[in-house]
Amino acid sequence: MRPESHHDGSLAVTVLVSVGRHPLTGRGRRADQDARGVELAHTLTGAEVELLHAGRLDEGSDAALRGYLGMGFESLSLLEQPAGADVLPALAEALEAAGPQLVIAGERAEQGEGSGLLPYLLAERLGWPLVSGLAAVEEVAGGVATLLQALPRGQRRRLQVRLPAIVTVDAAAPAPRQSAYGPARRGRLDVQAAPVMDDADMAEWQAQPARKRPKRLKIVKAASARDRFKAAAAKAEGGGGQVLTDVTPEEGAEAIFKLLKEEGVLR
Amino acid sequence: MSDIRRRDPRQEWIARNRLHPQHLEVLAELGRSAGQGAASEWMGPQGLIRRNPHAVGFIGPNGVKRIDRSGAQQGQRTGGARASAAASKPLVEIEAPAFLVAVVPDMAGGRLTGHDRDLLGLARQLADADPAARGAVLAVVFGGHNREGDGELKEHGFGEAGVDRLLHITGSEVDGFAPEARLGALVAMDRAWNPRHWLLPDSKLGGADLGRRLAARLGERPATGVWQVEADGEAPLGWRCAARGAAGTLDFQRAMPRLVLALAECAEPVSETRHAAEPLVLPEALPAQLARIQDLGQVAVDPAGVALSEAEFILSAGNGVRDWEAFHHAAEVLGATEGASRVAVDDGFMARDRQVGATGTWVTARVYVAVGISGAIQHLQGIQTCDKVVAINMDPGCDMIKRADLAVIGDSAKVLEALVALVEQSREEKRNAA
Ligand SMILES: Cc1cc2nc3c(=O)[nH]c(=O)nc-3n(C[C@H](O)[C@H](O)[C@H](O)COP(=O)(O)OP(=O)(O)OC[C@H]3O[C@@H](n4cnc5c(N)ncnc54)[C@H](O)[C@@H]3O)c2cc1C
Repeated sequence: MRPESHHDGSLAVTVLVSVGRHPLTGRGRRADQDARGVELAHTLTGAEVELLHAGRLDEGSDAALRGYLGMGFESLSLLEQPAGADVLPALAEALEAAGPQLVIAGERAEQGEGSGLLPYLLAERLGWPLVSGLAAVEEVAGGVATLLQALPRGQRRRLQVRLPAIVTVDAAAPAPRQSAYGPARRGRLDVQAAPVMDDADMAEWQAQPARKRPKRLKIVKAASARDRFKAAAAKAEGGGGQVLTDVTPEEGAEAIFKLLKEEGVLR
Repeated sequence: MSDIRRRDPRQEWIARNRLHPQHLEVLAELGRSAGQGAASEWMGPQGLIRRNPHAVGFIGPNGVKRIDRSGAQQGQRTGGARASAAASKPLVEIEAPAFLVAVVPDMAGGRLTGHDRDLLGLARQLADADPAARGAVLAVVFGGHNREGDGELKEHGFGEAGVDRLLHITGSEVDGFAPEARLGALVAMDRAWNPRHWLLPDSKLGGADLGRRLAARLGERPATGVWQVEADGEAPLGWRCAARGAAGTLDFQRAMPRLVLALAECAEPVSETRHAAEPLVLPEALPAQLARIQDLGQVAVDPAGVALSEAEFILSAGNGVRDWEAFHHAAEVLGATEGASRVAVDDGFMARDRQVGATGTWVTARVYVAVGISGAIQHLQGIQTCDKVVAINMDPGCDMIKRADLAVIGDSAKVLEALVALVEQSREEKRNAA
């Protein structure tokens, strides 16, 4: 933490970063969503960006965390936590102490339970609002941030949220820049002690490599052979659609316009 | 008329006797035309069932007699008594449920999604596990799908989807993206009825977000990414589940907690029963709270930039489009993503990545407008999952019309032109009003 850097006018931003896992090799790396979060923080003008990680420092995580430093940072705060610990208290205390205006996190971790709950628990504990699935931060002014949230189907929604707030980053956020090797080597990992709480629940669960999910069968429930045959052989049919014959183009267009309005696809 | 059938043996006898001089008259009186639809089965005077094999079946399109033994034909003869398929499912009513299973469906576009139905199927499994103490499935829907169709809940298929009780919360404060107000409502529900299970879809459409907020507020540790649930006597709630974690690379086997965020296809949707979907109201008014998150509405995105497979609204062109300039203009005015049939692509009018169908893209649009597309099976395959299909075509007999929910028979260029004019006019009016 660098409390001295919180001079007026600048926006204090903390990005929570975690150690990712390459989906094929299983090697440690920057977590994709967290790296996008760091990139997002870079796009904010006048922001003082801090990186914060809670976890263990070992060979694998060192390389991954230095990946974030290589995106243009001098240091990263690391709250020392053993494996299998609940990092919530450590992070909450660190954030309370540092008091950033905006906390950026990824939606889900790439290791461990990966439930995506941490930002929500942090928000609940700190009493801050949370916005999920961000694509961009448009503006921060007067203690209010204007955000662009990514919706399914490539849609976007504009939101305003009162700061301080926690936001999580969607895969629609800008792709992270490459990590430069030199700065990654030179950067510092500031290891700090932090309260430790064991995650007792998770120790009870059995983890196993994900099984392929069974493909759903198309079950045809039909009383008679004829219905079964029809279900197997028939073409997709809407059935009972409205057909407008002998109408002027204007009447036809009117009907289509009504349907489009009802479905809400016209803006 | 009463349902009791009065028999007139003499009339029946005449109806059977084709040579009787009054045969046709009597048939007409019985409301059937001669030859077709004469009684094929009746109770004889001695209580024996008599059959008339000539009266069975109907004449098919090629003039050949077809006999349909599925029962559908018999059903038609009894006329008004024929019930719709939905009504024929047994109605299950649960008067005094032993417990409640609360489900918060996404209701994307004001309809239950496939994911919602799977989740309701799972809720039914949980509720019906013990026949001695059955639970009820309580669905909560937030009205005011402000963007999608003026807050209407579109197809009211809640009963068929397995909902016993329905809580519909409306009001401007829960419209749009209002996670805090919705969370307030869920917490109020939790306090009022204390459901044994909470089920939410783990989906980008809102369930994932709301479910995690609820978990944090209630202090329950949820199971996320659940895709399998099995009975287990040792677990506290009697169930255990398999949950995906670590970016989909691990499965956690764990006792099922009270709050579950489940993936699509976690269970089979309800298909055999109908349920009451009785409306409920919250005993207390929702607490007023100050919204720290303000929804400024959806942002117009460039429809051409949206991937075809994801697009919500597609205007698709086929061989029936002649004026391509006008088509592109229409897509722009409507704000639709452009699609095409293979012919339009092969002829070079549209790019290859715009092709919809078996060898192109399988689209998932909510609204698909097919302009001058005949509806070849290869094309229809690609639009299987579309909610609403609109067809503009000259040929009233083509397959696309059969698939379409709304079909306009006419020249594509003229209809599109009129549609563009309408949209522009309504925009103009809105601008003047504002
Ligand atoms: C192996 C294989 C794979 C294929 N894969 C695909 C695929 O992925 N996608 C695909 O689309 N096709 C595919 N096809 C081609 C498919 O079989 C059809 O040939 C094609 O879909 C027909 O395109 P169309 O409907 O645009 O043209 P047409 O069949 O020529 O239909 C044109 C329609 O426009 C109407 N029309 C004409 N003039 C007007 C007018 N002025 N106003 C309004 N309506 C008018 C006509 O009545 C007609 O219904 C495939 C074929 C094969 C063999």
